[in-house]
Amino acid sequence: MSLQKILVPIAAMIVFGLLWELLVWANGWPNYVMASPSDLPPAYAKYWNLFLVMGWQTLWRTVVGLVVAIIFGVLVGMVMGFSRVMRDALYPLLVGFNAVPKATVVPIVALLFVGAHDFNTVLIAFMISFFPIAVSVSIGLSTLEPEYRDILRSLGASQTTIFWKIALPKTLPEFFGALKVAVTLAFIGTNLMEIVSPHGRGLGALFDSGKTNSDYPLMFAVLIALALMGILLYYVVVALEKVFAGWAERTPG
Amino acid sequence: MSQPLIEIKGVRHAYKTQAGPLPVLDGLELSVPEGGFVAVVGPSGCGKSTLTRLVAGLMKPDEGEVWLHGERVKGPRSTVGMAFQNPVLLEWRTILQNVMLPLEIVSTKMNKREQEDRARHLLALVGLEGFEDKRPSELSGGMRQRASLCRAIVHKPEVLILDEPFGALDAFTREDLWQTMHKVKAEEPFTGVLITHDLRESIFLADQVVVLSGRPARTQYVMDVHLTGDRDIEHLYTPESAEALNVLRHQIQIAQGRSPAEAVQ
Repeated sequence: MSLQKILVPIAAMIVFGLLWELLVWANGWPNYVMASPSDLPPAYAKYWNLFLVMGWQTLWRTVVGLVVAIIFGVLVGMVMGFSRVMRDALYPLLVGFNAVPKATVVPIVALLFVGAHDFNTVLIAFMISFFPIAVSVSIGLSTLEPEYRDILRSLGASQTTIFWKIALPKTLPEFFGALKVAVTLAFIGTNLMEIVSPHGRGLGALFDSGKTNSDYPLMFAVLIALALMGILLYYVVVALEKVFAGWAERTPG
Repeated sequence: MSQPLIEIKGVRHAYKTQAGPLPVLDGLELSVPEGGFVAVVGPSGCGKSTLTRLVAGLMKPDEGEVWLHGERVKGPRSTVGMAFQNPVLLEWRTILQNVMLPLEIVSTKMNKREQEDRARHLLALVGLEGFEDKRPSELSGGMRQRASLCRAIVHKPEVLILDEPFGALDAFTREDLWQTMHKVKAEEPFTGVLITHDLRESIFLADQVVVLSGRPARTQYVMDVHLTGDRDIEHLYTPESAEALNVLRHQIQIAQGRSPAEAVQ
């Protein structure tokens, strides 16, 4: 069973790689039009030290951005979930903020905090990923059935007790659902900043230098490395979800 | 009779809505002696659930007084146990942990070991032995309601408030639970208020049935039930029961604003 869980996705990836290779081969594309999977190992071999250094830069800034997004998102979600007035006040602002394409915010942030590259990258990763978290927490809290509250309130429990014993655990499944979306968003945020700002850090910068030098295999190698990091972080979230909200999973059938 | 355990005197209450105040209770009187079990019936939306929230101290009436054990109710008190139509069990806890929830909030003289023993004992009493470590999602609706009942009495409340606890169950499960209620009451005596839509349920479980009028509700009719001894479902099919049910049905029709003559046809 668990072996199958590992083998099936790996087989799917191999099939995907083969189809990609076939597509490039069938069209006779040279690798400056589209690189094929067989171009990737040489690219990794050539730049492995850059991949390690820059991959780490991308990873830690994404994770920090995500952690800030979780803290901020949960706080905003709590405020909106518990207070009708705050929900009415903040919702339009949040939706408007989320609707602004972050690609347009990148140059503004870059000019606002010139040179603070790590800070800027974390900031964009945070800004792009906190929205789903805030919304899910606020919905989870505001849709708590009143009977749940009444059961504890009738015993004289405080609001804090109700939050810790009922509201928080009940919101966890929604929270993890949003976190899975936020992980991929945070990577987009980090890379937006890395590609645009001229500091040469992170996988985004490596991608940019591949573009400047017309090194297509390098560009594709960066994309694949980003995909792998995204998968890694996603499964970290899945593991956390199993630990903290495993009860919400129903056995199928 | 000694001083009543629950006493509601001249309670009036109105909800504030956009269309203006909506009066739900108007001159409600109710008195339950210690160990008594009163069923409250009435047309839908007549304010029965408001009544439970008043007794539980979850809200204050605009006018009138609610007394529990000679004390005016001003807020929630831990001497109350509640069960609703929705069993509201916590999905992330086992059945045993769910039943023990009130003991985490109310201070008791029991130590951890005794608390767990009591919860296990109650679960066995309602027929849930062997399900202690299951999650609520693994239980049927009737079983969840049994667990919810255990949670309502685990801290030995003075007053048990049941707000249509069997309303969402099928007829057979419901009758099973009625008998479980008698078993529980024999072993764990409590003073109770039962809100219900089911007249048969009211006379089978309670020793007094109170009919509320349509909204705004006042006490319209009070009937003492004399089905004594070991109650058996068969008691519902005696001429006395049929007579009592008939009287209650007429009262409900009056409460709905229809005269019995036209409703019977």
